[in-house]
Amino acid sequence: MAQAFADKRKPILEASHGAGGTATAAAAGHGGHGGGHGHAGHDGHDHHDQESMKVFGFWLFLITDVILFGVLFATFVVLRLNTAGGPTGGELIEMPGIIASTFILLTSSFTSGIALLEMNKGNKRGLILWLVITALLGASFIYLEVTEFMHLVHEGATIGTSAYWSAFYTLVGTHGLHVSLGLVWMTALILQLAKRGITPVTKRKVNIISLYWHFLDVVWIFVFTIVYLMGVM
Amino acid sequence: MLDKIKDFSSEFFVTGDPLILGAQVAIGLTLVAIVFTLTFFKKWRWLWTEWLTTVDHKRIGIMYIICSILMLFRGGVDALLMRVQLAAPQLEFLNAEHYNQIFTTHGVIMILFMAMPLMFGLFNIIVPLQLGARDVAFPFLNAFSFWMFFFGAMLFNVSFVIGGSPDAGWLAYPPLSGLSGSPGVGQDFYIWGIQISGIGSLATGINFIVTILKMRAPGMSLMKMPMFSWSVLSSCVTIIFAFPILTVTLFLLFLDRYLGAHFFTLDGGGNPMMYINLIWMWGHPEVYIVILPAFGIFSEIVATFAKKKLFGYKSMVFALMSISFFSFFTWAHHFFTMGSGADVNAFFAVTTMLIAIPTGVKVFNWLFTMFRGRLSFPTPMMWTLAFIPCFVVGGMTGVLLSVAPADFQFHNSYFLIAHFHQVLIGGVVFGYFAGLYYWWPKMFGFKLHEGLGKWAFWFWNIGFYICFMPQYALGLMGMTRRFNEYNFDMGWQPLNVVSTVGGFLMGIAFLFQVWQIAHSIKFLKREKTGDNWDGRTLEWSIPSPAPMYNFARIPVVTSQDDWWEKKLRRARGEADAPEVVAAEQAPLEPIHMPRNSGIPFVMSAFWFVAGFGFVWDWTWMVVVGLAGVIVTMLARSFTYNTDYYIPVDEIKRTEAAARGAH
Repeated sequence: MAQAFADKRKPILEASHGAGGTATAAAAGHGGHGGGHGHAGHDGHDHHDQESMKVFGFWLFLITDVILFGVLFATFVVLRLNTAGGPTGGELIEMPGIIASTFILLTSSFTSGIALLEMNKGNKRGLILWLVITALLGASFIYLEVTEFMHLVHEGATIGTSAYWSAFYTLVGTHGLHVSLGLVWMTALILQLAKRGITPVTKRKVNIISLYWHFLDVVWIFVFTIVYLMGVM
Repeated sequence: MLDKIKDFSSEFFVTGDPLILGAQVAIGLTLVAIVFTLTFFKKWRWLWTEWLTTVDHKRIGIMYIICSILMLFRGGVDALLMRVQLAAPQLEFLNAEHYNQIFTTHGVIMILFMAMPLMFGLFNIIVPLQLGARDVAFPFLNAFSFWMFFFGAMLFNVSFVIGGSPDAGWLAYPPLSGLSGSPGVGQDFYIWGIQISGIGSLATGINFIVTILKMRAPGMSLMKMPMFSWSVLSSCVTIIFAFPILTVTLFLLFLDRYLGAHFFTLDGGGNPMMYINLIWMWGHPEVYIVILPAFGIFSEIVATFAKKKLFGYKSMVFALMSISFFSFFTWAHHFFTMGSGADVNAFFAVTTMLIAIPTGVKVFNWLFTMFRGRLSFPTPMMWTLAFIPCFVVGGMTGVLLSVAPADFQFHNSYFLIAHFHQVLIGGVVFGYFAGLYYWWPKMFGFKLHEGLGKWAFWFWNIGFYICFMPQYALGLMGMTRRFNEYNFDMGWQPLNVVSTVGGFLMGIAFLFQVWQIAHSIKFLKREKTGDNWDGRTLEWSIPSPAPMYNFARIPVVTSQDDWWEKKLRRARGEADAPEVVAAEQAPLEPIHMPRNSGIPFVMSAFWFVAGFGFVWDWTWMVVVGLAGVIVTMLARSFTYNTDYYIPVDEIKRTEAAARGAH
């Protein structure tokens, strides 16, 4: 019975740690209870269960975030033609800057992938280096977005101009807010890595932020397609 | 200077209403009394270390339940004030503005700050015990959820004495709830109170899904899991899909009010119907979120008091999960009159009717479980029996409402009011009362007085029918919701008076319950067996109240209703399976537990500060609040010392004390 239950957990254990085989065996020995409910002397396994549960919990959080963005996209699509006689996106938005920021964000997803590879190799310096590069790319993305918004406001399109612009700023801005929070979080994580090195706990944290970062990249691809490509070009 | 202060306080505090002035004085005196008592008995440190910083799921559950009972009191007083006004509209007991505020706060409080926390309280206390776990998956997050609920509820409730209550209805449709329709701060209290507690609910949803999927005792496959835990799973799945919609919808309304956006305004290309669709895409699943766990509670109680295995376990699981799926495809039945056209209305009418099928399956399952069972009728079972006919009638009137063409007549009439009160009181409230009575000894270690419980039961039930049956008739006579006055020649007054009498009978029933709890605490009868109902599931296999770590040894499960089967085997003199024996006889080992933390409390308090700043448009306060939130989050991220071990000696002592009475 315990074996059957442990098997269900296998994919998650493997996702967070490379060594699926030994992890499953350890979990089976433990039965199905995790969350720091194991036995003394099995500290490593304890953390193991707890860390894998946190990764699973984060996947569920990402589901809720998908719904959140889904509602914002739906709102944008419903209101996309409601410019109330004011300027449209096609008139004001300058695509070269958007395309540049798109490539910057896509590249940052790639660099965060390299950071993960370095972590799995156990290379702390490489991990931190690539995380710093990722964060810098993220910061340039935010810089470009703020510049774009300032340009649009200067041209007379604010959040109160029309329903179209309300939906535009809210959708794009919510994505930007997510990236900004990710930057704060990544900075905090870099400091923790510098102090504590690669441990099961910091490893789980890096895995989670990289999930988050890739997720934001995917959301951006939809923003780029629906707001900019279909809406502007 | 003095004039400035006067101006400020006349805007800041609600003035000019004797009822509210009385409440302000009462709240002030209560606060002084609480501070005095805590200081006099030197209980501040105890309050902080034992309760405010706790991450123990059982204590968090108790705090949820205490808050929800207080909220039930406030929501109930709101209801009675409305009933007084409607019984004698000529008296102008409440003016229109005050009446609008009261029906708004009544709805919000009863659903979001009474039903939800009562439900979360039962989730918290019971689910880990049923699963054979030592806590939920994320105890820290769990404490965070509670405090977000608490501070959200406080922010909402404070509007009653500071600034003025919201008055645009419990779902706050724009354009009425927009800046043009509601220029005051009441609507902002509504947005931030619900937003803050909603974040907590979302986190609870995630927490319990992980707990249920990952932390069951060894051997407990999903199809051996107790039905209450299944119902919690279905409810939490619904939460994680529905609550983000609420978050966005309220956020967009906030942007309309705060930054002058045009999502739901009449000008600037906004679309108010957009809001009504979005809010019901959350709102309809929300009513299933609160009713599904009640179904789980009834399933546990029926099986226990019929001494039979639940009839149709698999069909029950299927019914729960299909209801949480279909709940997302019925939202438009709340506004058939919007004019979406025949095909859209037909789709939503059919999906609504479909929900009656799994619900009917459940009713038959409960009936067949009782069939030829060895029945007994203590209070939890009485509530279950009262629920079945009440919910069936409520469900049937729901099917009547789902007929789109007929709904054009019923829409927003008292027929609708009677319908949803019948499913929400007859289903949710009866269900959670049944659960409270059933699990009370497990939570607190003593039983509630049965006789007073029966008085409360009969007052609730008789009061319920006297209150709401006339409302069906009133609805068909043309009385619509949300107005405080009607003319005598409408012929509605006699039935309204009857309805009011019923409302007060339920008020008396609540007093009986308070008396019941006070009486049972005074003449405390300790519950020493840990299994006072001859229960079936794992929570009854440990002492009452459960020790801090729940299970000294994690049990191994071999069947559905494992504890019951084990008792049967012992009575027959049969041996348990070897892995069960091995788990029971394994030597005790130190138990790994999460450390208490003050961060959830402090972080949620900062959310309150930020919300209060947004309400009053005080930027400095918003900055302080949000900065506090980020700093506390980082503080948590940098904390690595988050757990500890309970040594074997201490476990032995605790177990001996708890089991000694056996």
